[in-house]
Amino acid sequence: MAETQTAATAGAIGSSKGSDDIIQIQGMHKWYGDFHVLKDINLSVKAKERIVICGPSGSGKSTLIRCINRLEEHQKGDIYVNGIELTNDLKNIDLIRREVGMVFQHFNLFPHLTVLENCTLGPIWVRQTPKKEAEAIAMQYLERVKIPEQALKFPGQLSGGQQQRVAIARSLCMSPKIMLFDEPTSALDPEMIKEVLDTMIELADTGMTMLCVTHEMGFAKTVADRVIFMDGGEIIEQNEPHSFFDNPQHERTQLFLSQILAH
Amino acid sequence: MANTQNPDMTPGLTNAYEPGEHPDWPAPSSVKGPVHWIKTNLFGSVTNTLLTLLTIYLLYKIIPSMVDWMFLDAAYTGTSRKDCEAQASGACWAFIGTRLQLFIYGFYPDAERWRVNLTAVLLVAALAPVLYDNVPHRGKALIFTALYPVIAGVLLVGGIFGLEFVPTDQFGGLMLNVIIGVTGIAFSLPIGICLALGRQSHLPVLRIVCVAFIEFIRGVPLITLLFVAAVMLSYFVPPGTNFDLLVRMLIMVTLFASGYMAEVIRGGLQAIPKGQYEAADSMGLKYWQSMRLIILPQALKIAIPGIVNTFIALYKDTTLVIVIGRLDILGIGRSSLADSKWQGLSTEVYVFVAIFFFISCFLMSRYSLYLEKKLHTGH
Repeated sequence: MAETQTAATAGAIGSSKGSDDIIQIQGMHKWYGDFHVLKDINLSVKAKERIVICGPSGSGKSTLIRCINRLEEHQKGDIYVNGIELTNDLKNIDLIRREVGMVFQHFNLFPHLTVLENCTLGPIWVRQTPKKEAEAIAMQYLERVKIPEQALKFPGQLSGGQQQRVAIARSLCMSPKIMLFDEPTSALDPEMIKEVLDTMIELADTGMTMLCVTHEMGFAKTVADRVIFMDGGEIIEQNEPHSFFDNPQHERTQLFLSQILAH
Repeated sequence: MANTQNPDMTPGLTNAYEPGEHPDWPAPSSVKGPVHWIKTNLFGSVTNTLLTLLTIYLLYKIIPSMVDWMFLDAAYTGTSRKDCEAQASGACWAFIGTRLQLFIYGFYPDAERWRVNLTAVLLVAALAPVLYDNVPHRGKALIFTALYPVIAGVLLVGGIFGLEFVPTDQFGGLMLNVIIGVTGIAFSLPIGICLALGRQSHLPVLRIVCVAFIEFIRGVPLITLLFVAAVMLSYFVPPGTNFDLLVRMLIMVTLFASGYMAEVIRGGLQAIPKGQYEAADSMGLKYWQSMRLIILPQALKIAIPGIVNTFIALYKDTTLVIVIGRLDILGIGRSSLADSKWQGLSTEVYVFVAIFFFISCFLMSRYSLYLEKKLHTGH
């Protein structure tokens, strides 16, 4: 029942827009009380596209990607994810969240569950995967992020970099179509940033649709198809990485880049 | 390792190992071992030493006379106080001994007391799978646990299956404390969880109802609620229905404990970082799934000390049933003092009751420590 509805909705939107965009955001606004955090956001993301969002702190970049899986509610405008409109309808929200994985700055692993249980929880309870099968899939992804030997440990026994890789594996276990990264390396020691970025680069190579909020400009240059610069709740400029870094158009982009690339 | 001298170092100072080659050495005996423990914990400073000596002196004064009174000079047999006094100068345990049945069963009919014993044995069987997760066939055992309240009710009250009917006003003594205590503990936890979650709800009506209930319960003494149970509750139920007084008491005690429980659990819920809710949400877990699988296991673990604190308080509060005319272990003890054959033995009664409560509460406290240790998943 739910699936046929979804398919119907997806078809309707697909035909009306005539595009293969997996995420469409049109004229979206958001307020925190009186504070206008996001202003007239328009953004389309194609399947398999890799987008890096950067900008000064408080520019609304985290809020933007958190609107995509409804961790934050938007007040105006439309968001379509995977052909489903994001409204107050809990059913739609659940359908979208199944297809959208998220990796957080502070990992947000479940400390009372083992690494393996962290990875199997979603598949078992949300996708009704049998436990054995879910465990096999989880081990596969833990191997991909290179920590299968930690499967039976608790998150508190792992280093920050390892925890973040578990968090990535946990999201992948749900076989999402889209992955959101909210400053995944900002809480890590310098020596651990590389292992997480390497995991993300590998993931990008598999063709995953990715939206990353990050300050890692090296990562943006290597991986991104498009870099988006936000300031004051608006998308100021977006371009493919080469032109974005070498030839920024907007004054505020130039200032931002000169500040972060200065040291 | 070579005892090489580092040429860059100040003359006279040597490095035993090359940089980066230093092995781990065992800790010196000054930071571990029993001597170290005694030094730091008992004689660490002048104040500490004085307190240690004072404590030893007090224990020396109290312990021997206490042991004398309780064990060495005590009388264990006899049929009256005079018998005891003829034998020894200490405690007269014969008094407790002759009335032990009354202390345990209250006025439950002699011939039917096996039912109480059976209920107690089944209680242990019902609790085991809840308390320990390595019990064999735990799944099936938990079904039995779920059915236990009904089984216990049928066994104790009877009236069906050929069991003789025993009115609840014949319940008394220790069994009454255990019935009220266990019922209150078993039901206040789930109700408390629901109230705590309700208080955090985004639905204003639900939130207001929960807050009002919790604040009302916490604002009224338990004794008042028990009086209400005894006198007023019959006004609220349809006329003609005889609502057993014991059931009314069980409801009141449970609701009272639930109010406190809700606040203890709310404390636990508030300690859960927002990121845990977000991670659960972003996976697509539904509200009750994320509560049951993610939030509550962590919140309850944090709240264990408070939860057990409430349990212990509730258990001891079961002695308050005396105010509505039911005789629990303390009530039986007090009424026994009126016996002219055994007059003046209140110390023995109160020591006995205190020991009973201490053992029960101490076990609960130790279990909670075991549980905290078991659930610890950090470093």
